[in-house]
Amino acid sequence: MARSLFDKLWDAHVVVPESEDSPAILFIDLHLIHEVTSPQAFAVLEERGLPVRRPDLTQATLDHSTPTLPPGPDGRLPYATQDAEKQVHQLEANCAKHGIDLLGLDDPRRGIVHVVGPELGLTQPGKTIVCGDSHTSTHGAFGALAFGIGTTEVGHVLATQCILQRKPKSMRITFEGELSPGVGAKDMALAMIAQIGADGGQGYAVEFAGPAVEALSMEARMTLCNMAIEAGARVGMVAPDETTFAYLEGRERAPQGEAWDAAVARWRELPSDPDAQFDSEVTVDAAAIRSMITFGVSPDAAAPVAGSAPRPANDSEREAAEYMRFAADRPFAEAKVDRVFIGSCTNSRMADLREAAEVMRGRKVADGVIALVVPGSEAIRQQAEAEGLHTVFTEAGAEWRMPGCSMCIAMNGDQGAPGELVVSTSNRNFVGRQGKGVRTVLAGPATAAASAIAGHIADPSQYLGTEARDAA
Amino acid sequence: MQPEPFIRLEARTLVVRQSNIDTDQIIPARFLTTTTREGLGKSAFYDWRYTEDDQPKNASPFPVAGAGDRQVLVAGANFGCGSSREHAPWALLDYGFRAVISSDIADIFKSNALKNGLLPVEVDQRTHAALLERPGIAIVIDLESCTLETEDDIRAQFTVEPFARRCLLDGVDPLGHIVAHEEAIAAYEAAAA
Repeated sequence: MARSLFDKLWDAHVVVPESEDSPAILFIDLHLIHEVTSPQAFAVLEERGLPVRRPDLTQATLDHSTPTLPPGPDGRLPYATQDAEKQVHQLEANCAKHGIDLLGLDDPRRGIVHVVGPELGLTQPGKTIVCGDSHTSTHGAFGALAFGIGTTEVGHVLATQCILQRKPKSMRITFEGELSPGVGAKDMALAMIAQIGADGGQGYAVEFAGPAVEALSMEARMTLCNMAIEAGARVGMVAPDETTFAYLEGRERAPQGEAWDAAVARWRELPSDPDAQFDSEVTVDAAAIRSMITFGVSPDAAAPVAGSAPRPANDSEREAAEYMRFAADRPFAEAKVDRVFIGSCTNSRMADLREAAEVMRGRKVADGVIALVVPGSEAIRQQAEAEGLHTVFTEAGAEWRMPGCSMCIAMNGDQGAPGELVVSTSNRNFVGRQGKGVRTVLAGPATAAASAIAGHIADPSQYLGTEARDAA
Repeated sequence: MQPEPFIRLEARTLVVRQSNIDTDQIIPARFLTTTTREGLGKSAFYDWRYTEDDQPKNASPFPVAGAGDRQVLVAGANFGCGSSREHAPWALLDYGFRAVISSDIADIFKSNALKNGLLPVEVDQRTHAALLERPGIAIVIDLESCTLETEDDIRAQFTVEPFARRCLLDGVDPLGHIVAHEEAIAAYEAAAA
């Protein structure tokens, strides 16, 4: 029978098949852990006297609670709270005790969990990957079956390297046609979520397909898969191809030599068979997608940045419009921006930083706007500095920080003030997500950078390309 | 840690009509620096209950003291969307809720809730609309028969994933269930190596 990429990944990891009474027991090839969602899971192991079954398949990093500012004169990192610092030390202690490799604070490979997995080559086609973090869907960009889990399940995986799962339904979202110039993966994601809704993917494992997806770089595919959860889908994936293999070849933890050739041969078998069946099929017109922003408090409230705020259709939308202070039918460009955040597991990779730098080069962040650029990992920070991007940002008046989740989840002290409008390349525009009372507008890196320069929400097209700059 | 068994609940409802209530509403991220799971009830729906200077809000649907007898939260569609933080069900339980009813509940939240004895109940649109209109109504939720019934005769069936249901009714331990398949796990590992 013809099988989809998802079917193949699922079948290959079934330890005990699903029955009416019980979910399947699935084997997990890679367990990523971080400081926020793991301490209570380690505590369960302690209580029950269980060891970590496969420390060799577990990788830890520090990202959520960590400061993005360097150590102060006393040599101490400026943690937001003592609890945050304690949480970091707790993970260090848990990893030391159980023999788990931790990308610690001084490790040149440390970074956001969904950035470093791929960077190290740990994320590979065909793997099952879980993490106590909903944006684990990011790793699906490599043709892996990757999804976020809760802390109880983190404990299950630490103890057994397995997880109990019912097989979700399958959905294929096909992006037909070609993207317009200046339109990126974040715009695709927001347009897709606006089309199917914040719960449109609930209960599904999604495969993104079509010519516009095949044309994307790995970084862009990660952005798209990262946002699958914002449509309610725990799993978002893209079939592995030459782009995938080229990204992985030679990375530290990727197979080497003969093992590499054998792995690529296996990975070539993974894409969905031509006549594979999906429980649901959705088509998105890629050519019609424009640079997008969100205007509400749910990621599906998205529209072209060049447009106007729509009229609210129900109570929830009215409340959202009131919170966001977007007047119906007024152009988004009228909205003054207080803060801009470029970073997060959605948009903190080299391609994202280059895109933002292209807009900011030779320009200044508008008066009164605070702009934060936070690379996704130490490796990205160093690469960006080698390319001089940090100078582009700091000369424009933006802050260049140490890697971490930063203002995406705003639990390390990086946050907006009540009432501020923040244009953010992160993934969630929920009420208060970036600080109490903060109004979050989600966008891609170019749109965020353009808004920082303009001082109001701005369409990036006028800032991209040298001709436009010479004219400006 | 095994959750309290859940068999039958008699309580009243607390209604919040908003759809897409995300886990950042249920417990804001700044409270996630904890390393334990206890005592999170004080942070449940914190920004709905307290002002920016931490004063209780008069108009909040959530009593400062806790859920009291209103142990059933009825919420708009797509409840629990967003992050995978299990702190969300921990906070709701500690605040005093034992069940959440909506027309649809986000996957990861649902899975986390079931593992902690907070029953996620997904009902049809008509039942959902009726429950949203009747805040504070007395309700009986029976997991054995998978039915709910209110004092004014709203009745509905719901489904719960059979294994999770067994865990809640009979105290089956999911980790113990996986561990019991040690032989199969070892065989899988040997074949994969």
